[in-house]
Amino acid sequence: MTLLSIRNLSVEFHTEEGIVRAVDEVSFDIPRGKTVCLVGESGCGKSVSAYSLLGLVSPPGRVVGGEALLKGEIEQDLLKLSEQELRSIRGNRISMIFQEPMTSLNPVFTIGDQIIEAILSHQAMSKGKARAKAISMLEQVRIPAPEQRVDEYPHQLSGGMRQRALIAMALATEPELLIADEPTTALDVTIQAQILELLKELQADTGLSVLFITHDLGVVAEIADEVVVMYASRVVEKAPARELFANPLHPYTRGLFNSLPSLGGSADGRLKTIEGSVPDPLAFPTGCKFWPRCELAVDGCRETEPELRTLAADHPVACDVIEGGADD
Amino acid sequence: MTELIRVENLKKHFPIRKGILRKVKAHVKAVDGVSFSIHEKETIGLVGESGCGKTTAGRSILKLLEPTEGSIEYREEEITHLNKDQMRPLRRKLQIIFQDPYASLNPRMTVGKIIREGLDIHKIGMKRERDTMVAEVLERVGLPRNILDRYPHEFSGGQRQRVGIARALILNPEFIVCDEAISALDVSIQAQIINLLADLKEEYGIAYLFIAHDLSVVEHISDRVAVMYLGKIVELAETKELFSNPLHPYTRALLSSVPKPDPTVERERIILQGDVPSPIAPPSGCSFHPRCPLAVKGLCDTKEPNVVESKGHQFACHVVEEELETPPQADDDWAGRLLEGK
Repeated sequence: MTLLSIRNLSVEFHTEEGIVRAVDEVSFDIPRGKTVCLVGESGCGKSVSAYSLLGLVSPPGRVVGGEALLKGEIEQDLLKLSEQELRSIRGNRISMIFQEPMTSLNPVFTIGDQIIEAILSHQAMSKGKARAKAISMLEQVRIPAPEQRVDEYPHQLSGGMRQRALIAMALATEPELLIADEPTTALDVTIQAQILELLKELQADTGLSVLFITHDLGVVAEIADEVVVMYASRVVEKAPARELFANPLHPYTRGLFNSLPSLGGSADGRLKTIEGSVPDPLAFPTGCKFWPRCELAVDGCRETEPELRTLAADHPVACDVIEGGADD
Repeated sequence: MTELIRVENLKKHFPIRKGILRKVKAHVKAVDGVSFSIHEKETIGLVGESGCGKTTAGRSILKLLEPTEGSIEYREEEITHLNKDQMRPLRRKLQIIFQDPYASLNPRMTVGKIIREGLDIHKIGMKRERDTMVAEVLERVGLPRNILDRYPHEFSGGQRQRVGIARALILNPEFIVCDEAISALDVSIQAQIINLLADLKEEYGIAYLFIAHDLSVVEHISDRVAVMYLGKIVELAETKELFSNPLHPYTRALLSSVPKPDPTVERERIILQGDVPSPIAPPSGCSFHPRCPLAVKGLCDTKEPNVVESKGHQFACHVVEEELETPPQADDDWAGRLLEGK
């Protein structure tokens, strides 16, 4: 069952140097109770895609097309809602957590105040009840001594604890969808392991859907049910996680896998690399945006932008060259 | 193999001053008694979580920070107490590449000037020769020649890191500290820089101290690996040995925490409880004991473990030391307990 269906989402930034199309015709679905990972390198448009769902793209950026249908009693297109309507969804039906837990918490309010504010802005409840709820949320995200922590300020918590507090805040309103933008990137691996474990447990308990944005394929393998790979503002490949890792199709996805030194893998020899670097969004190449770096590129790649086509079951990929050639 | 660098009981404590009189109230024990050596043409990986002191260790070895205690030898010559002027001729041989290629290049200098600066300072070659050397080094790190008059902001992260490498390389160093040199780069660019560093090592016989938190990268590039926790090295061994047979419970937990890019792997994960304690007041005894699933009361919390060596594999842990001394049933038993988290 789909919770959120994103169709042909496009976002542009109108800058002095020209128009940057940061998100180009992006489509994917987020099923209920599942985790969808949006993967790609810096600047590929993964964060902007997610931000635009909640109306968080600010000028000079703007959504120029597409729809994001949130299913429910009445189906709503998030991209067409007014600011006021969005406010009733943000932090309520859809919550978000960010990479830097320190900058997303207000340093002059206690953790408790901030969670209580989130609860009261969406639910009618006495302050005392909201506080009790805040404490139980802190407990749910496994913060030790929650009765005491609730009155502490963000700087008194460690990075991992702050991220837990943010998760508690995001989940206090019992949202249906949690958008997590690189929530573990700033954390150490042992703390990252704790947070990923926590997210999985919370998801099992509450049936939450998660849109997880990351560049780390190891984290994807850990947490994803479905994976959407982005390159230079386009979706280049989509598949269930196991399928994608067993059978990556797009040359970019394959390149990413090959360039990872694997733990316990052979330490000898050179890493395979993807030559060159990510193209400048002000001067994207014509045709397929990956062709200048692609080993398989043929002349046709420079001319036509490939559309997603389904090669294996549930596994669309935007490449005209692989398997079966350009004519199918 | 010739020993290039030898570090003996290195300590770096930063004072914390408080009050009007700026009295020293406490010390951050960033590096607290670290010993190891680096051979010619060898890459040592130094891993650990943020705040464990790995960067401070790297900088103290190069004397970019004045060590509090201990000694550093370069080619059997004590350099711990050399002053700035005495250090200068050695600086050619001892270089560093930084993590953030955006912050470590002067934005007001052209790339040509940045790379050339070392030659000018050390008065190497005539002007014409310097031009040739710059051109050569550019080509070697994979940058086009026509970029000499451009400024750092015009380049991508990967290219900037190549400039940083060129700047270090042009002085023909014997030893480079790579301080998280690839951490800020995208995966596809990381692989390019790792390959470049490996090629340079082969070609010029450079030794690296490769500081990183990404264990799979460290495994790929290092000959030996040292694991740091709260200012101390808790384990040091040949790369293969360390990754296939980690002994210290912290190393085991660290290795098991790394997400592997394979969803079919059923992992046996050791999830550590709590956070890294503050280096201002590290725990008594073994500083890992509050998070350690193996900790023994009355031993680990009171007595600091010594670094012991077994077949070239160094570690500092009371429990493992004991278990290795009584070999029979020890091994399974111990691994099992660790996985259960006690």
